[in-house]
Amino acid sequence: MEIVRSQRRNGSDGSGSAASLPLYKSAPSLEFRLEEFGQYAIDRLRVLQAISDGLSRGKKPEEMENLVSEQWRANMKHQDADKTLRKDIISHFVLRLVYCREEEMRRWFLSMETALFRYRFRLQNAEAQKSIMNELQLQYNVLGNAEYETIKDKLTEAARSVNFTSNPETVFYKVPFEDVPELVASRRVFILKGFAFVPRNQVVSLVCTIFRSNISKALALTNRKWRAMIQDQEKDRIAPMVEALGNVYLGPDYSKPKDCAEISLKDINQLASTSFPLCMRHLFGKLREDHHLKHQGRMQLGLFLKGVGLKLEDALAFWRAEFSQKVGAERFDKEYAYSIRHNYGKEGKRTDYTPYSCQKIIMSTPSTGDHHGCPYRHFSEENLRAALNKMGVGGRAMDDIMDKVRNRHYQLACTLTFEATHGTSCETGINHPNQYFVESRKFFESKNKQSQPTA
Amino acid sequence: MTKEKEEHREDPMQIDSNRVPTGSLLTDYLRIYYGKFFPYTDMFKWLAYGNDGKHPGCDSSYFGRREFSFTIKSDRDEVYLRFQSFFNASEMETSIKAKCPTKIDIGAVYTVDPAKRHAYAQSGFNPIERELVFDIDISDYDDVRYCCSGADTCLNCWPLMTIAIKVIDTALREDFGFSHILWVYSGRRGVHCWVCDSRARRLSKEQRSAIADYFHVYKGGENSLKKVTFAGPLHPFLARAYTDVLKNEFEKWVSTQKLFEHEERFHKILQLIPDESVVSELAEKWQGNSVRWEHLKHMLQSGSKKTQGLRRCIEEIVFSYTYPRLDIQVTKGMNHLLKAPFCVHPGTGRICIPIDPKKCEEFDPTSVPTVAQLIEELNANASIGADNYVEKTSLAASVHLFRTCFLEPLIKTCKDELENAYNTKIQQTKDSLNW
Repeated sequence: MEIVRSQRRNGSDGSGSAASLPLYKSAPSLEFRLEEFGQYAIDRLRVLQAISDGLSRGKKPEEMENLVSEQWRANMKHQDADKTLRKDIISHFVLRLVYCREEEMRRWFLSMETALFRYRFRLQNAEAQKSIMNELQLQYNVLGNAEYETIKDKLTEAARSVNFTSNPETVFYKVPFEDVPELVASRRVFILKGFAFVPRNQVVSLVCTIFRSNISKALALTNRKWRAMIQDQEKDRIAPMVEALGNVYLGPDYSKPKDCAEISLKDINQLASTSFPLCMRHLFGKLREDHHLKHQGRMQLGLFLKGVGLKLEDALAFWRAEFSQKVGAERFDKEYAYSIRHNYGKEGKRTDYTPYSCQKIIMSTPSTGDHHGCPYRHFSEENLRAALNKMGVGGRAMDDIMDKVRNRHYQLACTLTFEATHGTSCETGINHPNQYFVESRKFFESKNKQSQPTA
Repeated sequence: MTKEKEEHREDPMQIDSNRVPTGSLLTDYLRIYYGKFFPYTDMFKWLAYGNDGKHPGCDSSYFGRREFSFTIKSDRDEVYLRFQSFFNASEMETSIKAKCPTKIDIGAVYTVDPAKRHAYAQSGFNPIERELVFDIDISDYDDVRYCCSGADTCLNCWPLMTIAIKVIDTALREDFGFSHILWVYSGRRGVHCWVCDSRARRLSKEQRSAIADYFHVYKGGENSLKKVTFAGPLHPFLARAYTDVLKNEFEKWVSTQKLFEHEERFHKILQLIPDESVVSELAEKWQGNSVRWEHLKHMLQSGSKKTQGLRRCIEEIVFSYTYPRLDIQVTKGMNHLLKAPFCVHPGTGRICIPIDPKKCEEFDPTSVPTVAQLIEELNANASIGADNYVEKTSLAASVHLFRTCFLEPLIKTCKDELENAYNTKIQQTKDSLNW
């Protein structure tokens, strides 16, 4: 049986890398059976989904390493290393076909594959890592001695600021700062005249950026090929499988509220006090108080309300009622109504924006005059206690929550808040504000049903 | 006979240069400003980045793919026109003179002419180049300045902007290696920064985000107590900012804002100290004592208190008050529209003129020329029959600064780049023809 051919033919097995961690540079000329097509993809997808779950629960890097190691062993590993490699490569390229077709899917796939690569890379020994870096031609970027001497003080200074002691033997890589955005963003490396000086122990970031960039380009190409040619050629054989695989694991994104009924404006105050997570309660409260929210706050709350079931007309009425008290109805219609319709996919590119997940909210940083972001992360202890008090949380629960906050487990703190305010446990953990809302509504609905007399 | 002549000549507008023009008066002023003052050719030369059609390697579609937006205000209404584009300087000039916008914004360079975007599939219309930009507003510092608030500024608090320019400009040049940087007064309460190197224009959203985060030190909204926390020794960038700029500027700030003379003001500083015993000891000793800042520094530096979190406390206090507070979202986006230099600020009438970063301490926002003032000068020049009267107004110095410090070096670099790219291409075609 013929396999789906890649547009870039490569005579060798195409993996082109250290034996155990391929870079997926081009599709291999391997033959395999149709059954393997589906099964391999699903197995790999299990690994990617587990990674997605782990990340949204805020697992630390060491925990993620363990997770990846376990998941890989459980789903992908074969006694024979060659067979594992074969499955690795095939499953990756099949999933490329599945996930190249839509922007959201590409983004998800890219993030998960990069994360998978990152943790697998970390688990490799130094020899294998070096081999991969040579693969990416990084040996040409090693910092020379002469230059090292001129900047070694700054390199030490930068290393100390991230609690790392470098010594004269530490190898540094000199790369354009564009190649290591994460390290630049967190000020973990010294940069000079546009170059970043990456010590050996931070090289994971560099390698992953390059990996990510390569896969991103490949996905775009694959998408074009799929649409132009393959989809049609394979419509009776592979295309249906690809469609089916695409529907398998996309976790709920809460953009189209199907399960919960639409909410109406008159319920909104009540719902805010019983079922909104703290971040949204805070935004909602500030909106009522100031009759205004800055842009990021409007996005975070607005999309949440959309996910909760607030219809566009009601949303417009709601925001207008608040904003017109500060800026006037006319100005609201001119300056703010557009972006609300934009959120609902009725303007501009007509993208239907999805409500923000906890991960996204936690990563945002509010500044002066902002009220978005995750309160468990940004509120001072005093202010957080006060806010939770208002929700009815006290005593032992409060202490547990504060403990989680101190250890930076913001989502766990929110989960405990849910449990404290509802008097029930939340097994799955909170990783999306709309999930909090849905779970809350489910709880109250079932409580109402129970208290109703049976016929 | 002279009397007849006088009657035929147009009377110059009666100007009150102290009044901020609004409504139809503003439109009249703008008409004159756009007629005589706005530097169209210089703006075109800047934004064309060498693609002016004179070199075979030029991309003549480049300028036309840039988005501009106009805000047009009349007495009753305000209209916002996006996706304006112009083929060349002359088209841009005609359009601006005809529409008299109260504000002109500059957006990104797209894959195709923005005005024709509907002819293409959604995926075919994307921003591909855009300057790296920064926007700093003094109103974001309201919690640390006591002389002004909101949109106001004075010579006491303007130094915060000077500090921001110094810290960011140095980092952009030294750390990131950029050299074509334009700083512009935003007309009322802040400054904008345009980084125009080709490397900067080609940055992706992710890379812009990384740069924005590199500068993001002051974090948290009104509910967080401490907005600057340093866990350990400072990164070289922060150490340099502290040693070269922030440390001394904070000393001045203590004095001009009388930070330690009023209880609610120094109370805010005490709140940043994570050690109760230190705070209470100081609060007690400070009843009536005025050498407080020295005292505080001494106590925190002496090392007698071993509480965690005290080692960087002084730096944290200094950074909290003086470190630049950027609007991060402006920097992260690729198609965020930012006001063009040389616009007239409708709230103050002042011109958005460039600031020389090397002399930013000398910049005085209260003496920036206003549109009314310029028109008055124009009339005065005309009435004495002077030639080249626009060049003899207060705007000339700003245009000169724009050209010598920014535009000319930039154009030279662009031309060199175009030349090199062109030669490489020629060489490649030659090579491919060789057997």
